[in-house]
Amino acid sequence: MRWGVITFPGSCDDHDVVDCLKSDLGQKVKSLWHKDELAGNFDCLVLPGGFSYGDYLRCGAMARFSPIMGGVMKFAQSGGLVLGVCNGFQILCESGLLPGALVRNSGLRFVCQPVHLRVEETDTPFTSSLKKGQLLRMPVKHGEGCYYADPKTLESLRKNRQLLLRYVDAKGKPVASANPNGSVENIAGICNKTRNVFGLMPHPEDACSALLGSDDGAKLFMSIAAACAERVSRHA
Amino acid sequence: MRVKIFVSLKQGVLDPQGKAIERSLHTFGYDEVRDVRVGKFLELEVDAASREGAEARVREMCDKLLANPVIEDYRFEIED
Repeated sequence: MRWGVITFPGSCDDHDVVDCLKSDLGQKVKSLWHKDELAGNFDCLVLPGGFSYGDYLRCGAMARFSPIMGGVMKFAQSGGLVLGVCNGFQILCESGLLPGALVRNSGLRFVCQPVHLRVEETDTPFTSSLKKGQLLRMPVKHGEGCYYADPKTLESLRKNRQLLLRYVDAKGKPVASANPNGSVENIAGICNKTRNVFGLMPHPEDACSALLGSDDGAKLFMSIAAACAERVSRHA
Repeated sequence: MRVKIFVSLKQGVLDPQGKAIERSLHTFGYDEVRDVRVGKFLELEVDAASREGAEARVREMCDKLLANPVIEDYRFEIED
């Protein structure tokens, strides 16, 4: 399993992702610079959180034109796994790899708190080791994480079962009080139609060891690793 | 040529900033105010041989980078 973690100017969670994958989970990881062409073999590329290009114009609007993104688009189109966390999710939406957009939190405040998430679908490489309805606890930290999609797009997301994670309360109910940013239908994470690109606002890399209060993020990363191992053995 | 570009949130997209400003205006007694929407205003200088040429290029810039068609509309004015 080979992971690539891309650093854009202004990324700040790239080191956390690398450290969590390497130190906590014993994975093989390569750090990638946004100005380089995508070179090498990878199973999963991670676009980390942060404030790429200072969030100027719109979050993720300029990072999508970074030189490495051409390679990322091709990688995704050929079925490679792409995971976008927070600013990475925003970049994936701006680049059109995921539908919809992330706009200013409905409460106007930057939110920084742990949240409960409910796993909605498990037939994706990102969630296949998890159980439908399983609750995960991870932190969110963002000012523009309110997921928006027009009614037609939402309908197609529902029909194709692309809603993977929802904000819920401790009992697993997607109530308004459990929604930290006003996202439509409490959406915290979605995948594309072909189920190989996944974006989420919460931070799995900040929930990878009991010391940090939760290791539920590790479950997500290890699900990806397990799915890749299975892919490899299927093709062997 | 001087170009003025106005980017605004589409109808239906939540605008919490606009709502907060509307509440503030009401606090000051401007009760006639409704439906405040906050957008972006960009001003730029463009070298172009013709107005039509500039228009086509600016439209391209807006579609590609300056506005996100999922959540935003735009319009622009060109001054000679």
